[in-house]
Amino acid sequence: MSLDVVRLGFLPLVDAALPILARELGYAEQEGIDLALIRDMSWATVQDRLLYGHSDAAHMVAPLAIATTLGLGRPAVSLSVPFVLGLNGNAITLRSELAEKVTDVGRPSNIRQVGARLKQLVTEAKSAAQKLRLGVVHRYSSHNYMLRYWLTGCGIDPNADVDIVTVAPPFTADALAAGEVDGICVGAPWNSVAVERGVGVVIATTSQIWLRGVEKALAVKTAWMESEAELAHRLIRALYQAGIAFVDSERVEQIGDILSRSEYLDGSSAAIKRVVQDRVLFAKGTEPVHIPDFMFQHREAANFPWVSQAAWLYAQMAAAGHVEANAADYTTAQRVFRPDIYRAALGSLGALLPGASAKLEGSIADPLAVGTTQGRLILGSDSFFDGQSFDPDAYRMLLSA
Amino acid sequence: MLHCNKMRIAIVDESPARAAVIREGLETSGLMEIIVLSKRIGLVSRIEEFAPDVILIDLGNPQRDELEELFTVSRALARPVAMFVDRTDDAAMEAAIDAGVSAYVVDGLKADRIRPIVDLAIKRFKAFARLKAELHEARSALAEREAVDAAKALLMKKRGIDEPAAYSALRKAAMDSGRKIADVADALLTAEKLMGGL
Repeated sequence: MSLDVVRLGFLPLVDAALPILARELGYAEQEGIDLALIRDMSWATVQDRLLYGHSDAAHMVAPLAIATTLGLGRPAVSLSVPFVLGLNGNAITLRSELAEKVTDVGRPSNIRQVGARLKQLVTEAKSAAQKLRLGVVHRYSSHNYMLRYWLTGCGIDPNADVDIVTVAPPFTADALAAGEVDGICVGAPWNSVAVERGVGVVIATTSQIWLRGVEKALAVKTAWMESEAELAHRLIRALYQAGIAFVDSERVEQIGDILSRSEYLDGSSAAIKRVVQDRVLFAKGTEPVHIPDFMFQHREAANFPWVSQAAWLYAQMAAAGHVEANAADYTTAQRVFRPDIYRAALGSLGALLPGASAKLEGSIADPLAVGTTQGRLILGSDSFFDGQSFDPDAYRMLLSA
Repeated sequence: MLHCNKMRIAIVDESPARAAVIREGLETSGLMEIIVLSKRIGLVSRIEEFAPDVILIDLGNPQRDELEELFTVSRALARPVAMFVDRTDDAAMEAAIDAGVSAYVVDGLKADRIRPIVDLAIKRFKAFARLKAELHEARSALAEREAVDAAKALLMKKRGIDEPAAYSALRKAAMDSGRKIADVADALLTAEKLMGGL
């Protein structure tokens, strides 16, 4: 049987694991797919390859799929997210001398307290006309929006009190070392790289900001998904199987070895294995600490593209001033996430399919059983650090008012 | 129109060799001022100082996202800058991606002034890729010849035969197994290493 080629662009990050494992562990081939992985060094290039026919699918920061659909920075092209590649896995690292002032170096601290102390620093720096500069990996990234959400919740205005700039992940440690930025919000393994070089200390993980924060997505052109519907379903099934493998604790060694290879992350397999096991190195010379659900790639239907996640992202884009919020664009943004395609692709695998397409984000404090088409799905807490919840319908009312 | 006389072009490329090839191509037209930026440190301020009309960046450059954000917020330049996308011609965009180049232009420049520059850059990027492939080929040809020579010397020593006989032994083994002579030579040298000179 000949295989159908699907070309998928990715950046060398731990959360590109599912596409890489789908290929390396044979799940793509089982679905009749020759999954050709194209490694790039910037999201802009991943995006351009997808838009101009060099790839069929992409590992993408979720908000960029929405930005592309809305035509921010490029002529608008409708993208779809039928599958989420993972939740969280990012952390905030500050220059060591600043970190000492806001956290107990080497271990996780209460994030509200860290935020309160950070506000003090930010205020001092601002009045000395030396605003703190914080680096994020892309303008339209979950890193940017999670950081902004946290800062805002701590009484820091991300647009006025600090400067938020983009720094490419491979340069984040250099930028910290050179004092170009005072802090970074970046994914694995780059916090570890900065920490091991002794140029920074992790002060918070994004899972502390939002326990179930949407991170990377599988993005495809909507036109491709429609014309190649059956192939898209097979791709989703292969990625789903890779997700099952990712959370299999027996496979940690194997996964670390595959991801660290030169054609993929080309990095330290020890650091990668640590992250896969949710162990975070907060400071140089300390023991890594286990942070439950630090990087959440599969359990609890983590790959299900909740429309309410897209809604939350749009609300953050509006708060950042990246879009002028209006009801029509809000609808368009939500439609980027496609739970219907997820269900259609995975029904035959016996995967647990949530009955609802949206939820009140951040409202689950204790594990909660939710309705599915078959079987029992328990969702764990999805709390925001400030105890708030996000209601997509209430936000719509706000926009229509 | 802005800058009616000379177009100002910044080439951002980590590879100084490729940047030089592109620069040379653009310079022949004589109507441009060109700056080449290969270092990450100080990139933004150098772009600010130079105030280019067109910025060419290789697609493999990790700094594309940083620069795009700067262009979006217009801090780096007095005028807004956006990626050059010819909406009437998707094939041209594909050609640029194929060649590995992206172009950013200041607002207000007409597409017909940009296209010749982008087309030239594409040609030069392709020429550079071809040069690199040829160099790679030349290097591997050299390595192959060295392996064949070493294998011949090994056979001459072990079997006490002369050079033509050693070469024809290699060639026969290659033909019999349907492989290249260089591959057979490689296998022979590897075996010799593993067996410790049997």
